[in-house]
Amino acid sequence: MSLTSPFAATGRVVLSALATLGRVTIFALQAASHILRPPFYTREFLNALMQIGWFSLPVVGLTALFTGGALALQIYAGGARFNAESVVPSIVAIGMVRELGPVLGGLMVAARVASSIAAEIGTMKVTEQIDALVTLSTDPMKYLVAPRVLAATLAVPVLVAVGDSIGIWGGYLVGVTRLDFNAATYLKNTVDFLEFWDVASGLVKGAVFGFTVAVMGCYHGMRSGRGAQGVGRATKLAVVSASVMILAANYVLTEVFFSA
Amino acid sequence: MIDLQGIEKAFGSNRVLRGVDLSIGTGTSMVIIGGSGTGKSVLLKCILGLVTPDAGSIRLDGRDVANAPRDEFLARFGMLFQGAALFDSLPVWHNVAFRLLRGANRCPKAEAREIAVEKLRRVGLKPEVADLYPAELSGGMQKRVGLARAIAAEPEIIFFDEPTTGLDPIMAGVINELIREIVSEMGATAMTITHDMSSVRAIADHVAMLHDGVIQWTGPIAEMDATPDPYVQQFINGRAEGPIASVR
Ligand SMILES: Nc1ncnc2c1ncn2[C@@H]1O[C@H](COP(=O)(O)OP(=O)(O)OP(=O)(O)O)[C@@H](O)[C@H]1O
Ligand SMILES: [Mg+2]
Repeated sequence: MSLTSPFAATGRVVLSALATLGRVTIFALQAASHILRPPFYTREFLNALMQIGWFSLPVVGLTALFTGGALALQIYAGGARFNAESVVPSIVAIGMVRELGPVLGGLMVAARVASSIAAEIGTMKVTEQIDALVTLSTDPMKYLVAPRVLAATLAVPVLVAVGDSIGIWGGYLVGVTRLDFNAATYLKNTVDFLEFWDVASGLVKGAVFGFTVAVMGCYHGMRSGRGAQGVGRATKLAVVSASVMILAANYVLTEVFFSA
Repeated sequence: MIDLQGIEKAFGSNRVLRGVDLSIGTGTSMVIIGGSGTGKSVLLKCILGLVTPDAGSIRLDGRDVANAPRDEFLARFGMLFQGAALFDSLPVWHNVAFRLLRGANRCPKAEAREIAVEKLRRVGLKPEVADLYPAELSGGMQKRVGLARAIAAEPEIIFFDEPTTGLDPIMAGVINELIREIVSEMGATAMTITHDMSSVRAIADHVAMLHDGVIQWTGPIAEMDATPDPYVQQFINGRAEGPIASVR
């Protein structure tokens, strides 16, 4: 046992990871296909949009505000080493819209939304509400999963756009009040160096992250084990896996979009 | 007519059902009795397809349910879950009218609400309850809302998983009468799980006892008291001594 067991253990972990990846992929494809086929549950969709989009605004906005401010301070400090303080406005803007807006927004939504979706659907599973839905001729994939996935995919890019703007504004506030930038110059530099694709790529990332967050929340909720412990575990798995997948997807998307 | 043959279901090493054979005639009321944890709820879920049996066949009117169109099949059923399983994001009336509000033959909201209130009245709940949320109700009230939901669309076949547990004796009597009425007046087929012997006598045409994963005894209610079967005798008389172990 001593010599082969590390290999056996590694093999088992790899196999189970692959199996999970396969299940998640199939689940995601099913969710996507249910979004496209009727019946559509408008009420559930609007409700999910409210929960995922509107109520995430404060946390995403605050995260962006402080990040933009800190970014301005760091870039100023870094730029000062080679007399390039004037890059602050443009680097804050580019850093925000390309990377930090979508990634931090996505992570905050993962914490807020993946957890609440997993807990809600997990509780429904544990209290037989999912079974009850099925007996009432309603497909849980359609009624519970599709509206949430669609809402998150549409809402997160909007959240990212709002976060981008607030983040840039945070940088502007710090730049003007603490770093003695001229307000008009700061704004002009921000706008002049920002390209359309910088912003658009961030929004595409946002859509991918939103889809990921909702799919992971629903997937773990639907597979929740029995009892309060099962729901707790499902919630934890949803947040952790959604966060890791966001960071992994962010790297892949950045490679695709920007490595020329 | 529901026909079960050789239904088996195991959860890991826990072999819950080990070959259940049972038929339930159309328009009759079958009551399933049996100790806690013997798999009565699992049996109902197998029929509805919520749990996939490991072996055996389930036929509804001679047709194998495994390859019947799901929606059409489920539209004929109503189910009261043991834990009520109300949707806690929806108000009570919306729960009751859930099936009426969607699908092919949906009815207008006002009409659905009216039907819901009427069904609530039949399970002994006031119209005021209609606008509350499930979390605001007591356990027994939730159970009755679950019952109202199961009968709301007037299905042909209704499963009741412990309809009277958690109810006071008067309310239990009301519910027993309601189930009897649904069977004899509306001609529905009912399958009820209960531990309450007075419910058994009030509701049943036939009784089946599940023990050790098989139907230990089945027969008309009139023959239940006189049967020499030691399992049934121990169960209906509530004795600690007998072939059924008291630690399970
Ligand atoms: N989803 C499941 N996963 C694992 N085991 C299960 C599952 N559902 C039921 N069981 C097991 O199957 C057995 C029978 O459960 P079931 O709920 O059918 O009992 P029951 O006869 O309805 O009991 P009670 O009268 O207490 O409701 C139990 O041992 C239970 O632990
Ligand atoms: Mg049970």
